[in-house]
Amino acid sequence: MKITINGLHKAFESRIKLGIMAALAINNMLDFNSLKEFLDVTDGNLASHLKALEKEEFIRVEKSFVDRKSNTNYAATELGRKAFTDHLNALEKLIKGVTE
Amino acid sequence: MKEDQDYIQDIAQIRSIMERSSRFLSLAGWAGIMAGVYALAGAYIAYTVFDFNPDKLVYSTIQTGDLVAGLPKVVFLAITVLILAIGTAILLSYKKATKRGEKLWNALVKRLLINMAVPLIAGGLLILILIANGLIGLMAPITLLFYGLALYSASQYTYEVLRSLGLIQIGLGLLSACFVEYGLVCWALGFGVAHIVYGIYLHYRYEK
Repeated sequence: MKITINGLHKAFESRIKLGIMAALAINNMLDFNSLKEFLDVTDGNLASHLKALEKEEFIRVEKSFVDRKSNTNYAATELGRKAFTDHLNALEKLIKGVTE
Repeated sequence: MKEDQDYIQDIAQIRSIMERSSRFLSLAGWAGIMAGVYALAGAYIAYTVFDFNPDKLVYSTIQTGDLVAGLPKVVFLAITVLILAIGTAILLSYKKATKRGEKLWNALVKRLLINMAVPLIAGGLLILILIANGLIGLMAPITLLFYGLALYSASQYTYEVLRSLGLIQIGLGLLSACFVEYGLVCWALGFGVAHIVYGIYLHYRYEK
């Protein structure tokens, strides 16, 4: 776990990774194209961010075949959900600190 | 180290993605209004042209009443209304989705339709079984009831206000089961008037 001094996770410095986790926090499972549509990013860009999150074990990848076309689904792992929630809490703390 | 402004941006991004990925918001208010108009026209035709207003629960198939004879026409009329309403909804929602820069067919729509299909298909099959047994009087209550249940579960995946519309349809369905002679009136209220009211509300609230 790479955590910065104020409890923010390094992985979520990228806004696209943050977006992926947000979408997967709400939807149990999403395929590549749905994610692409929600985040409005290019294929290559999304793929590289997904790979990084998979390496962190924040997301789970399930490949299946639909009519002989490969279909890749993504879901958040327990670890990923926790990291995302912790990150949100840290953000909240930070901002509260700013406004107080 | 990021600036505070960046964190605010991060939160705005999270909010927008969560909103975009949780609810299907391309449903057009006009679709509701038009569905209501078709339903009212259908109810009017059924009542005046076909003289269809069942006031009893059971019509035995031995009774050669006009009502049983006219039933295929009414079923055909009902299916026409349904196809018109769904067709209009698809067309208008497609336009709205394109305008919002979204695709109409995505993970959200799929989820919405599956959740609506389960109660609707169950209700449809039940109606077929009832018709086969001559229980014509229950057609209006059952369609209202199951459609209400479908809307209630759909409200999780699209505009939340559909929950109350679902409850209204369920209420009308139960009411018309108590007073079978008002079945057609309740049906016109639920599928006609309520649709139009909610359609107007959606249109002014979210599309103006």
